[in-house]
Amino acid sequence: MQQLIQGNEACALGALAAGCSFFAGYPITPSSEIMEWMSRLLPPRGGVFIQMEDELSSMGAVIGASWTGAKAMTATSGPGFTLMQEHIGYAAMTETPCVIVDAQRVGPSTGMPTSPAQGDVMQARWGSHGDRAAIALTASSVLDTYTMTIEAFNMSERYRLPVVLLLDATLAHMRENVTLPEIPIVNRSRPVSASGFEPFGSPDFLPLGAGARFTVSGLSHDEAGHQRASKSDAGERLTRRAIDRVLADADRITLTRQEALDDAELVLVAYGITARAARAAVRQLREDGVRAGLLELQTLWPFPAELVGSVVRNARAAVVAELNLGQVVTLVSAVSGTTPVHHLGRMDGALLEPGAIVAAGRRVLDNAAQEVLAR
Amino acid sequence: MRQGEHLRAYLREEAMPNVWCPGCGHGNVMGAVTRAFDHMQLDLDETVVIGGIGCASRMPFFLNTNAMHTTHGRALTFATGVKLARPELTVLAIMGDGDALSIGGNHLIHACRRNIDVTALVLNNGIYGMTGGQLAPSTPQSFRSTTSSFGSIESPFDTVGLALAAGATYVARATTFDFEEMPQMIEAAIRHPGFALVEILSQCPTYFGRLNKLGDGRALLDYEKDHTAPLEGVTRQELAGQLPIGVFREEIRPEYTRQYAALCDRARRDGHA
Repeated sequence: MQQLIQGNEACALGALAAGCSFFAGYPITPSSEIMEWMSRLLPPRGGVFIQMEDELSSMGAVIGASWTGAKAMTATSGPGFTLMQEHIGYAAMTETPCVIVDAQRVGPSTGMPTSPAQGDVMQARWGSHGDRAAIALTASSVLDTYTMTIEAFNMSERYRLPVVLLLDATLAHMRENVTLPEIPIVNRSRPVSASGFEPFGSPDFLPLGAGARFTVSGLSHDEAGHQRASKSDAGERLTRRAIDRVLADADRITLTRQEALDDAELVLVAYGITARAARAAVRQLREDGVRAGLLELQTLWPFPAELVGSVVRNARAAVVAELNLGQVVTLVSAVSGTTPVHHLGRMDGALLEPGAIVAAGRRVLDNAAQEVLAR
Repeated sequence: MRQGEHLRAYLREEAMPNVWCPGCGHGNVMGAVTRAFDHMQLDLDETVVIGGIGCASRMPFFLNTNAMHTTHGRALTFATGVKLARPELTVLAIMGDGDALSIGGNHLIHACRRNIDVTALVLNNGIYGMTGGQLAPSTPQSFRSTTSSFGSIESPFDTVGLALAAGATYVARATTFDFEEMPQMIEAAIRHPGFALVEILSQCPTYFGRLNKLGDGRALLDYEKDHTAPLEGVTRQELAGQLPIGVFREEIRPEYTRQYAALCDRARRDGHA
């Protein structure tokens, strides 16, 4: 069945399809419609919706609910995402499955609340203190928003992680005709038996109130949940194990769309809303006889460095197009070898249009020999 | 059997020793909590105790229940998520004064307002213990801390007044001196079908006592005795300079998770979405 729906609505429908039964949030533009939809969709299905007093409490409630076994999520935008970082770190430390949707707007601070940006890429990875495992996904269409919300839940359940889905103000509010597909759902695995089960450092998850009494703590702890806050390698051991769980499965986690890359002399790297313009730019450049291709990153974290590197190094030049002043470009430049990488970015609330990307592509090809690496 | 030996069942002994200094009142409170659990024969598998950060908030580690030790000031937000997702669980939030009243003040207000069936114990020792004796929102005026060397010029927080104003439906104040009454208050708070708050005045000899030259744990218990009075049968004048102890409110109002269940039924009946 075709239906005309908004990006935020697609996100809510994706969450329901993924089995989400708990939503806690706080109003913020441009993500508010996600919580409005959840407030209508969850109660008749017996799920829990609560509007909390702020974003910190929203994330706290989400983590508490997840520890009863519920699939739980919140949705926010830049300022709220910043407030959530403490509890995103807690979720990582305690290996808590949950989903955080960030409909990005221009920052820093209050910035431009109704205008799109892609400035939270690094915050999605490094926003909370300390090192941790992280997964962050993107979407570039309303249909994508639906499927990637489900992917976010599936990955959070499979790897016991807070997973971030990065949207933006345009995608959040945009409407497209979609036919929602059936997508397989992943549920967190339970240990065979509660007795003797060590609740941390394992992909298996045992909720509170299931017969094995233990402590969930943000202090460094061991596999049994005993705090090991001084002179112990337990915290590093469990963090490494969580990171390794993700990296060992990086091929499965890395989602990309690759278009016309086989013979590409010019590679465009983009993600989210900007990938749409980049796709149009590839068509235009091809029509004009320029062998351009697109690498759309649907998974930003873990960053698929190997794949990006091999694609970019095969080309004469690359353009990274993103709505910020240089975030993913730093990662691409690190693996680009001798291929010049040009950054095309803005944070004035406007989108990057195909024409601008075409022009940048032509310029960088013309100057390929002299091009200095962008910052 | 030694007196109280049966209470060991409520403690997680492999997590001992606890973090509390000699003379600290928090161990007394934990003793009262285990007595309340024992008296009501609480099912430990169906109980979740949630702490924030600080000396008091470490208690979940040492109780033999399901436990969460969360972030500074936010215990009630986790408690709200647990209780809403599984209303049949008994949920306690154990916090310190800095935890519940300063960094977590907003969450406390809204938990009171929602009247969610969570029991909040606020262990108030008038100072930040774990970080080394800094000024707390509960430090009495003119008292010293490591960040108020010349005496505090701030008014201390009225925990009970805040809880009453924000809509908590069971509100009580206890002290570690009046130990005998504490387990009953904690039990009544747990049994209460709504948001229950018990402020427990506890003693911190290491910082509060030492920095204010009030002596050791025992001397601080005397200080508690001298500065508190039973709520019942005393007039405001008689209470001058003394904090009333007792149950300030015990009333039944619609509880949040029950209201939410009714809302779900309504939504299903009306065939929304």
